[in-house]
Amino acid sequence: MSLLEVTDLKTSFHTRSGVYRAVDGVSFNVERGETLGIVGESGSGKSVTCYSIMGLVPQPPGRIEGGSAMFDGVDLLHCSPAAARRIRGRRVAMIFQDPMTSLNPYLRISEQVIEPLVIHEKISRRAALQRGLEMLAAVGINDAPRRFNQYPHEFSGGMRQRVMIAMALITRPELLIADEPTTALDVTVQAQILELIGTMQRESGMAVIFVTHDLAVVSGLCDRVQVMYAGRIVETADTRTLFSDPRHPYTRALQRSIPATQPKGAELYTIPGLPPDLSQPIPGCPFAPRCEFAAERCRDTTPALAEVAPGHAQACLRVQAHEI
Amino acid sequence: MKSDDPILQLTDVKVHFPVHAGVLRRRRVGAVRAVDGVTLSLGRGEVLGLVGESGCGKSTLARAILQLVPLTAGNIQLNGRDLAACSKVELRAIRRDLQMVFQDPYASLNPRLTVYDTLAEPLIAHRVCPQAEVGARVAGLMRVVGLAPRFVRKYPHEFSGGQRQRIAIARALALQPRVIVADEPVSALDVSVQAQVLNLLAGLVREMGLSLIFIAHDLSVVKHISDRVAVMYLGKIVELGRAADVIERPLHPYTRALVSAIPNPDPVAERARRRIVLAGDPPSPLNPPAGCAFHPRCAYAQDRCKSAVPPLAPYGGREVACVRAGEI
Repeated sequence: MSLLEVTDLKTSFHTRSGVYRAVDGVSFNVERGETLGIVGESGSGKSVTCYSIMGLVPQPPGRIEGGSAMFDGVDLLHCSPAAARRIRGRRVAMIFQDPMTSLNPYLRISEQVIEPLVIHEKISRRAALQRGLEMLAAVGINDAPRRFNQYPHEFSGGMRQRVMIAMALITRPELLIADEPTTALDVTVQAQILELIGTMQRESGMAVIFVTHDLAVVSGLCDRVQVMYAGRIVETADTRTLFSDPRHPYTRALQRSIPATQPKGAELYTIPGLPPDLSQPIPGCPFAPRCEFAAERCRDTTPALAEVAPGHAQACLRVQAHEI
Repeated sequence: MKSDDPILQLTDVKVHFPVHAGVLRRRRVGAVRAVDGVTLSLGRGEVLGLVGESGCGKSTLARAILQLVPLTAGNIQLNGRDLAACSKVELRAIRRDLQMVFQDPYASLNPRLTVYDTLAEPLIAHRVCPQAEVGARVAGLMRVVGLAPRFVRKYPHEFSGGQRQRIAIARALALQPRVIVADEPVSALDVSVQAQVLNLLAGLVREMGLSLIFIAHDLSVVKHISDRVAVMYLGKIVELGRAADVIERPLHPYTRALVSAIPNPDPVAERARRRIVLAGDPPSPLNPPAGCAFHPRCAYAQDRCKSAVPPLAPYGGREVACVRAGEI
């Protein structure tokens, strides 16, 4: 049994200007100890997928319209709040994009790092502080005893993200959801944080869902990658295959638009048009209006994910029909 | 592509921000050395990439070039004229030649102005053309950056991030400048949109003979668009040379670390390569370390690196500020 099994997840936002289908029928599994990358551009639904699993979608305006997220036999979307609390923040933890705003500026680092322990485990304050201090040292903060009693504003961006990681990992979760954890950081600091997540994972054997818009970040860290577009998964494969043999036209276009993969000074490939308006029903393939291979039937038949090779699935009708 | 007759010449430019302490009796206790002795030239039609981490002074340098912050020392010459020696009236005319594109197109456009108002403002303020021609000029600018002129009455919130950045670029082009300073123009954009804006900028440089200073922290983007690259660390340039040289065969230990930190989109190469992970954060520009500012984080540092500040010196067809450039 997989650690996490998400089936046909649908999340939408009901606003005055209409119903936005942010996540529209997403299914995937995460195995124990595995690193899954979720890649997509802004508005592709990658973050909302994670927020839905963590119960962080504000309701209203958000609404989980359907589907399930089974974590070790418990459906996180439909279980009692008490049952969810025993899992969220303890066995499943999350870190966010912006370490500047995700720490409480009024509380000392020590209080924030031990909070999950105090809530989830029967532990004395003294023992919690001891474990907090060890955790802070483990995520690579120099001079941890002194830093432990400081406030967030005394930490740099990279250091704050380390604090967030310490806070997330202190309960030894089985699954860590990382939502663009390095997007706000400099490349050298990004390298430090990626290294840290990799090390912590090897030591604890936890699974990681790593959400990013940067294909290059995924390539070194993840075992498997899935690409999202307009609230749906369009392609999923192990990392090597996805990069060496991408099949879906969107994945291919995305890869061709990265400067690092193209000869210097060459005109970069650009995807014409804009992502679809998610408040309107999308008949057929959501990428069809921008796709250079789109055929007539792409505009009215909704493609489903289908395997092209074991472990490699993609949702393009024409690829499935071996036309491209 | 270095030309003997640069459009822009910076000589030993310093921008220090004083730091005060005390409430009743304020006194100066130090200075943040944001830009600390930068000498740089920009050739006609050249794209110069400027890279470095947050806090290295690259944005302050951009603002100094545009005369948005006063220089503490040094001088900037545009077309051979010293900008510091110009009167306010002269400076106003010179500003037409120097324009800027900012990082965040959500913040840099006035949400209460339509595209027309935004693009017409510089044309009217500088009396570039008769009132009757403003509309045609605005439509022309929109076409140059790839926006349909029928959107002219729309407000910024009606556009996507990439389209807003196009509006910001059109605004910078309105006065037909010689030099554009683009401060992280694609950092806030998605990859597919980033490619569109990069293509647009590269095309404009080619077709309009512009010179461009392109500031970014993403080295693969900088390598793609730039002729030469300057790497900044703590207010100083540590390496300067042809883009392909600097990024493919970096000489300065800091550039090496920076280059090795770029994730590679090829998983096989990515797993095979060795990443130089720098320890710690950049030091504070309020209190920079003695000698080479990079020595506390440098794997090759020796005793002499702790005492003398290494000058930016020619080495192997480029300029490097490392006393051990030939040894390592």
